[in-house]
Amino acid sequence: MIQVDNIQKRFAEQEVLRGVSFQVRQGSITTLIGRSGAGKSLLLRHLIGLDQPDIGKILIDGKDIVGMTTSELNTIRRRFGVLFQDGALFDSMSVRDNVAFPLKEHTKLSENEILDKVRQKLELVGLLSHGGKYPSELSGGMRKRVGLARALALGPDLVFFDEPTSGLDPITRGAIYRLIENTHIDGEITYFLVSHDITGVMAISDEVIMLHQGKIIAQGTPEDFRTNPDPVVQQFLLGSPDGPIAID
Amino acid sequence: MRSDNFLESSIKGISEITQDWLADFGGILMFLGSFIYWTFKRPYRIREIFRQMDFVGVQSGMLIIMTGAFTGMVSALQGYNGMSRYGAGSLVGATTALALARELGPVLTGLMVVGRVGSAMTAEIGSMRNTQQIDAISSMAVAPIQYLVSPRIIATTLTLPFLSVVFGFSGMVGAYLIATQYLHIDAGAFMSGIKDYMTPNDVTQGLIKAFVFGFLLSLVACFKGYNAGGGARGVGVATTKSVVLSSVLILFSDYVMTTIMF
Repeated sequence: MIQVDNIQKRFAEQEVLRGVSFQVRQGSITTLIGRSGAGKSLLLRHLIGLDQPDIGKILIDGKDIVGMTTSELNTIRRRFGVLFQDGALFDSMSVRDNVAFPLKEHTKLSENEILDKVRQKLELVGLLSHGGKYPSELSGGMRKRVGLARALALGPDLVFFDEPTSGLDPITRGAIYRLIENTHIDGEITYFLVSHDITGVMAISDEVIMLHQGKIIAQGTPEDFRTNPDPVVQQFLLGSPDGPIAID
Repeated sequence: MRSDNFLESSIKGISEITQDWLADFGGILMFLGSFIYWTFKRPYRIREIFRQMDFVGVQSGMLIIMTGAFTGMVSALQGYNGMSRYGAGSLVGATTALALARELGPVLTGLMVVGRVGSAMTAEIGSMRNTQQIDAISSMAVAPIQYLVSPRIIATTLTLPFLSVVFGFSGMVGAYLIATQYLHIDAGAFMSGIKDYMTPNDVTQGLIKAFVFGFLLSLVACFKGYNAGGGARGVGVATTKSVVLSSVLILFSDYVMTTIMF
């Protein structure tokens, strides 16, 4: 489904991605982990086509999105759903209008049909009674749930999550992970997460990929990760300040 | 030694400003290309254009009426002061009308709209850029230029000539009141001066200017907001630069157009 081949990206003197290659299996929940500032979100932006690599290919169902025109990219993006780090909700629109936005843009549904779909999605994330509120009236966790409802509105087959639980309390974090698991249809929808919340992602992911110093240093099931002998992987999993990963 | 340092820092400062402006110029040209490309592609955002016209036009109405009226009143007073020395005080209606139609109407409307609308556009789009809302629009397969920028530029370009007319009309009402009530100029003389000296060409020139100013100020405002980075401070800097650049461009293009249409 997603194949990333030797992606390289440099900003002035800093080489952020240094030949990143990996594959994401269709219908899986795959999580990219790594330290803050490792380039995870940047890599995610490349997958969505918001940034272009200096070198490398990004294949979505065999089509290389690198160098595509915006119109070509938009054809592929119609199958995407994206949950941004802080929800990236439109603050001039109500919750209901935020979720309705992709439906209004890409379907020919009537106002009533759109409203029905919005209700379904808001019910799915437990926010049916908050449709009339504006993003500024919501808590961080609620904003992420609205973001998820909006990401799922068009019934995408590929959903990207950028740090879906960052800045949330443990209970809300658990609720978000449960939502991710509940909305995922195994074998049909592919979920690609970017996170550094080891405990949570190990519990829900089918596969985990670790990005370190601009390269993929490990990929496998959560179990593979737990038994990985690489001291960098082990230090990251344990969250220990002592080890080969130097603290900035 | 001190004068050397002063000279060096002055040259450096001028060179930095020039580089900044050249980079802006290149960036604005690219942005203009994108705007043209997306504006003529479906879907056409008619509803959004009307929403923006309401924001730019209707919601600026009171401000334009007030500034127009005061400008007309001041013009009448100053015009009378100068012209009465040559015994031509009754021509104050004609001179005020000419000044408002050809120059003051479009330029002051442009500058007022830069302050009220241009700054708001830059701040709003800039804040959307910094909170990933523009990325979200892109990720949902919608072109942000088409959704955010095109309606704003079209609406401002079409609305500014109307605002300029409102400015001119309220200015003339103000001038009329001052001329007839305060300066005791005969109302008939005031009106006939306008009829005798104003031509439709004077009004057309003002409308063309307002059209160009509307386009320039909204293009700059959207460009600066669209490329604003660096969080709240970045949005603040972008807004300031947007207002400064738009104002300078309005005055510069006013000179160029006046020279061409003189």
